[in-house]
Amino acid sequence: MTATPLSSSQGAGRAGDKIFSGAALAAGCLILAVLFGVALFLVVQAIPALTAPAAEIQGGEGFFAYIWPIVIGTLIAAVIALVIATPVAIGVALFISHFAPRGLASGLGYIVDLLAAIPSVVYGAWGAAFLAKEISPAYNWLAENMGWLPIFQGPASATGKTILTAGIVLSVMVLPIITSLSREIFLQTPKLHEEAALALGATRWEMIKMSVLPFARPGIISAVMLGLGRALGETMAVALVLSSGALTASLITSGNQTIAAEIALNFPEASGLKVSTLIAAGLVLFVITLGVNMFARWIITRHKEFSGAN
Amino acid sequence: MSSTLTPVRSKRSALTKGQLPAFAPYVVLALALIVGAAILALVGFNAFGWGIVSAILFAAGLVGWSAVVEGSRKAKDKLATCLVVGSFLIALLPLISVIWTVLVNGVPGLIAPGFLTSSMNGVTGVYDNRAVEDGAPVVGGIYHALLGTIQITLVATVISVPVGLLTAIYLVEYGNDGRLARAITFFVDVMTGIPSIVAGLFAAAFFFAVVGPGTKTGAVAAVALSVLMIPVVVRSSEEMLKIVPNELREAAYALGVRKWRTILKVVIPTAISGIASGVTLAIARVIGETAPILVTAGFATSINNNVFGGWIASLPTFIYTQILNPTSPANPDPSSQRAWGAALVLIILVMVLNLGARLIARIFAPKSGR
Repeated sequence: MTATPLSSSQGAGRAGDKIFSGAALAAGCLILAVLFGVALFLVVQAIPALTAPAAEIQGGEGFFAYIWPIVIGTLIAAVIALVIATPVAIGVALFISHFAPRGLASGLGYIVDLLAAIPSVVYGAWGAAFLAKEISPAYNWLAENMGWLPIFQGPASATGKTILTAGIVLSVMVLPIITSLSREIFLQTPKLHEEAALALGATRWEMIKMSVLPFARPGIISAVMLGLGRALGETMAVALVLSSGALTASLITSGNQTIAAEIALNFPEASGLKVSTLIAAGLVLFVITLGVNMFARWIITRHKEFSGAN
Repeated sequence: MSSTLTPVRSKRSALTKGQLPAFAPYVVLALALIVGAAILALVGFNAFGWGIVSAILFAAGLVGWSAVVEGSRKAKDKLATCLVVGSFLIALLPLISVIWTVLVNGVPGLIAPGFLTSSMNGVTGVYDNRAVEDGAPVVGGIYHALLGTIQITLVATVISVPVGLLTAIYLVEYGNDGRLARAITFFVDVMTGIPSIVAGLFAAAFFFAVVGPGTKTGAVAAVALSVLMIPVVVRSSEEMLKIVPNELREAAYALGVRKWRTILKVVIPTAISGIASGVTLAIARVIGETAPILVTAGFATSINNNVFGGWIASLPTFIYTQILNPTSPANPDPSSQRAWGAALVLIILVMVLNLGARLIARIFAPKSGR
């Protein structure tokens, strides 16, 4: 580009190359270091809580007695979210990939993505101010008519601020994640499989059942797992919506708590051993979500190797 | 109904025999709406219930009619179509409801005088009680929170963009799909799944260990947000760098240009629109994060221009504290008005960033060859 002599440009160029590739490598390694650091610093700060005498931990019965109910609460909320979100998300993804008119499809996909753009604190505020109020009559009905089921045992919460409401809000938040990933997978279905099914006289639904869904099954599973990871770690929806308490089987009374919400509600005012306890709780959450996410990613990578057929 | 159908049937060829007429869905929809309204009139009318009942009636009617005329396979197809379209409509409900709720509750807060230009410094429960009891205007605003959000997000962007972009360059240009590159890709994907509160705890734990216990500043929050932002930047930049045609790189090499100059002068300028839109989307993602800021920056009610010292406010934590701990516990209404106003501002910010990203990508997009 410039008319400098070859030898001098080579020297500068080589140094530039080294510096640049070194910087790129360093940035890549920094990311690995950060992830390692997340684990390391959480462990270091959590050790006091794990080694402290049982009586000094909140509740007075040791760390595991403290963490156990909120782990279960976290799982309950996440499972509710997935049970609601998964069928709807798959339906929406199918609608965008195979049912909607071509011209509309990307616009409709964008509308669903807007759901992901709304900040979690706004969902929390919406859940607390609108959804909880609107849904509490339904809880009364459930308590009266389905009360024989342990999960719908009355008396229903008068405010509607229950783990079920939190789960519904969570389901709205994980819906766009599951939708966008499943949509990608559905669009990757080999066109020849689809056309072969249609040419044999299959209706659209039979074509989807025969060619799209079997092809997409691993993708759907990993999308659901990623949604699970998000639902487990989501904080604000639960912190604002749920009026927390001890672990209870009933989903329509106030009670239960999740790890993330427990941290958010208590960390700002915490000090000393309490900080350490909450960081240890965060470590537990980190390990759970890391496991779920790694499993999901592993399914995706394994699937990638086998989907070379198209 | 049969009287209206007879003339249509007679006109049909053998090919279209045994199919529902093209207007069938509209007829069923009209009937479903009428019957739905009638049923709802008996139990007390509301628009939401009317929609649900009509949708169920529509699906049942169409599938039933199809089963009689077309047979069970076509009926199943109709049922699947109804369910798929229905699930899309269900997914729209919360979106519409959230936006409507925020608009209705947020506009009064937003148009209150001084909402965007004053902080909460000195605003106590006394003012809120007076606002409710004597009808005085609601004072206090989000200026400090808006400023804090911009500061924290800016610092997070300054940290994340170089790291994320360089990592993407490493993966695409230098990694050669080796073991390290694959490990980075895998862990970047895993990082996308880190719960935001854990990212906040990490930053807090890091600064507690390095600087001293109880360190809560804007910079800590920015580090927490970077942990969330870096993987998003890496993923989007990587995709964009990958679609830069190899011919461009080879042409540059053939002219004797060094690799680093090729990347800086050829590859990045070609991909810059996509990278810019990816960064904008990443900002939009972290600007609404509440939990990490909550555990790293504390709550402030006054303006703090120093990211490296003292507690700092942000829009999401402002919303959170105004809802959970109203300024005047006796009269939470002014607080909730401010919270919804702030929520509206936050949503507008996020939407503008999202639309901006789409616009950048669309206007400057390189031809992808499809």
